[in-house]
Amino acid sequence: MSSWRSLPIAAAASLATVCAMAAEPPRYGLGTTPTAGQIKGWAIAVRPDGQGLPPGGGSVKDGDDLYASVCASCHGTFGEGAGRYPRIAGEGKLTGERPEQTVGTYWPYATTLFDYIKRAMPFSSPHMLPADQVYTLTAYVLNLNGIVDETFVADRETLPKVKMPNRDGFIWTDPRPDTRNTACMANCLQAADVKVAQTAEGKNLTPRTTGPLDTAMPQ
Amino acid sequence: MITFPCPEMPAEGPGVYEIRGLAWSGLGSIKQVDISLDGGINWAHARLHGPVLPKALTKFTMEWRWDGKPALLQSRAIDETGVRAADHRRAACRARDKRRLHNNSIQTWQVKSDGSVFNVQLA
Repeated sequence: MSSWRSLPIAAAASLATVCAMAAEPPRYGLGTTPTAGQIKGWAIAVRPDGQGLPPGGGSVKDGDDLYASVCASCHGTFGEGAGRYPRIAGEGKLTGERPEQTVGTYWPYATTLFDYIKRAMPFSSPHMLPADQVYTLTAYVLNLNGIVDETFVADRETLPKVKMPNRDGFIWTDPRPDTRNTACMANCLQAADVKVAQTAEGKNLTPRTTGPLDTAMPQ
Repeated sequence: MITFPCPEMPAEGPGVYEIRGLAWSGLGSIKQVDISLDGGINWAHARLHGPVLPKALTKFTMEWRWDGKPALLQSRAIDETGVRAADHRRAACRARDKRRLHNNSIQTWQVKSDGSVFNVQLA
């Protein structure tokens, strides 16, 4: 009989536990709604039409010293690229055996140049440059490519109006006819045909200390 | 693209592993990811983990009981429009230039019997 009596108490106790859990503050900060300030910090995307460009501006003329101090060590004084770092300007063409993909030959929108510099450059310390300096470098690199003259001032009004040489060069071809066949799941190849042709082994290509250590150990 | 195991994070002896990776498509959302352990002879469906959004990286996993024998890991994604990642043989036919840009073909991780992992290209 005593177990019958204790039952409602047990039920009440477990209900109290549930209420206590509901009232407990969320741990680890997971699932919280980001504040407007947090979103602003992440939302740095600049779209082709210029949407997202911040206030401010910068001229080609102001770019000499700035480019020399933060860009030239990798991209070269004239954008020719040092060592294996990317060439960003030059005489090369997009067509031919070894296409040259510079800002001038390849990039379809000048606004994207702002986005990229702001987002990713300088390589060793991205997100450090204030908007005015990003505008200055955008103007300078456009000038290196002969797209704007030396009087150009980049800002949220002028950048969307710059017509890039390769603006109409991106021709979309639908690859689907190539891959429409049903995905094979079993016995797709002869085992004898699976051979390693080239390997990265011994070429010293794998960094050993990048990224966090993985904890997935065999069980 | 399989992100574990990989050259930086090799396997550590026979046992149970969770193969992990990321799939994406420029056309829409990922519908299915298949994983091969034998260089493309046989394939099995991987499990997709949400959120699965259009044109966004989509996480996938699959349990792998590794017996310690050499393996060739590959993953291929199929998106909602039916486009499937091509193997490198087909991708080579489609390549637009020789700098290997636009190359989104299936990559192969070779797992050796000591657990070390190397990027290889199959013949």
